Amino acid sequence: MNDEKLTQRLLALLTEVAPDIDPATVRLDRDFRDQFDFDSMDLFNFATSIVQTFGVDVAEKDYRRLLSIEKAAEYLRNKPAAS
Amino acid sequence: MPHEFRMPSLGADMEGGTLTEWCVQPGATVHRGQVIALVETTKGVIDIESFEDAVVEKLLISPGEYVAVGGPLALLSGADVPARRISPAARALAARLQVDTAQLKGSGPDGAIGMADVQAAGSRPSPRAGIRLAIGAALGRSKREIPHYYLQHSVDFTPAADWLGAWNAVRPVPERLLPIVLMMRAVARSAAEKPGFNGYFERDGFVASAAVHLGVAVSLRGGGLVAPAILDAAPKTLVQLMSDLQQMVTRVRNGHMRSSELSAGTITLTSLGEEGVESLLPIIYPPQVAIVGFGAPTLRPWVVDGQLAVRSVMRLSLAADHRVTDGRQGSQFLLRIAELLSKPGEL
Repeated sequence: MNDEKLTQRLLALLTEVAPDIDPATVRLDRDFRDQFDFDSMDLFNFATSIVQTFGVDVAEKDYRRLLSIEKAAEYLRNKPAAS
Repeated sequence: MPHEFRMPSLGADMEGGTLTEWCVQPGATVHRGQVIALVETTKGVIDIESFEDAVVEKLLISPGEYVAVGGPLALLSGADVPARRISPAARALAARLQVDTAQLKGSGPDGAIGMADVQAAGSRPSPRAGIRLAIGAALGRSKREIPHYYLQHSVDFTPAADWLGAWNAVRPVPERLLPIVLMMRAVARSAAEKPGFNGYFERDGFVASAAVHLGVAVSLRGGGLVAPAILDAAPKTLVQLMSDLQQMVTRVRNGHMRSSELSAGTITLTSLGEEGVESLLPIIYPPQVAIVGFGAPTLRPWVVDGQLAVRSVMRLSLAADHRVTDGRQGSQFLLRIAELLSKPGEL
């Protein structure tokens, strides 16, 4: 998957778990917590969809590496898929 | 005999709502708990559920119309309800202030409409006031009417955090738990055990609730908050509470909360998450009589077995209603929550 596709995929997942976010306003480099008051349940849901979509496992301590679109993309690029 | 299905009050901070969509047609049979209509309020779009099994006779309003709490939405038949009463003085006042009494919720016995109800309706500000105004109105009333007392207690959260870490380490992401679920379980169990903190304070005084409907404060993006309830939380396991909370937060984020979960809360829990400040003093959400607050866990020096250690310490707080309980009972309640949190394996 190229970078642009991965970014679009992650944006789609983000707005699926948080439909009250307008995808047009998402800044790719900014922390979700600062940008949209992301709480622990939002992050949990985002991590759950990443796991289910990309077939990877995410350790609890790595949740914080998913806290922006760019960080999540970086994390996934460095992680071989489980399936 | 047909009777009115009226706009329900979904909490002390709701004035009314705008019909978005009917989910039933005239002639349809509805069951208790079935969604009848979608109504937009300051908290987002709410699924309005039927209180009974009935047949829809007539829809009285169209999408886009605003209806105050207590105003008629539809005519249903199937169950008998007492007719509404209005005092002659209130009727005269309503005529003078041009208040439509059909839209009023009476505060007298059996919903009778009195002069105060008409007066309040006549001076009501814009019905579509923002959520900030709504929160201000509900919590202003709370501060005026409820003689709050506050208690605080610190608990070593390390055992709970360790237990949770071990639980989560061996499970895939979808089966993991969040720390708030431990707090929810501790509060729900304590509320079921200790009378005086779980129920409503109404006109005739405190009415204890047998079931614990645990309100959980959820922040809305862009400001404001809601506290929908997990129904009958006391017997639910950690896994069930996690699943219920996840679905509830999803409904909040989608703007599809249920009327039952918004009005049912018998006690509320509020947590600042893992990155907030260490302590909060919450305000009771009327007509409830208690709210339990959890600050963010913070590393602190702490004595363990006579030795100084660094532990993750959490500050618990309780705001409770002095008309119902005193500090002594409050102290026992808060200590019970702390005790349950310190033995997470038994939760």
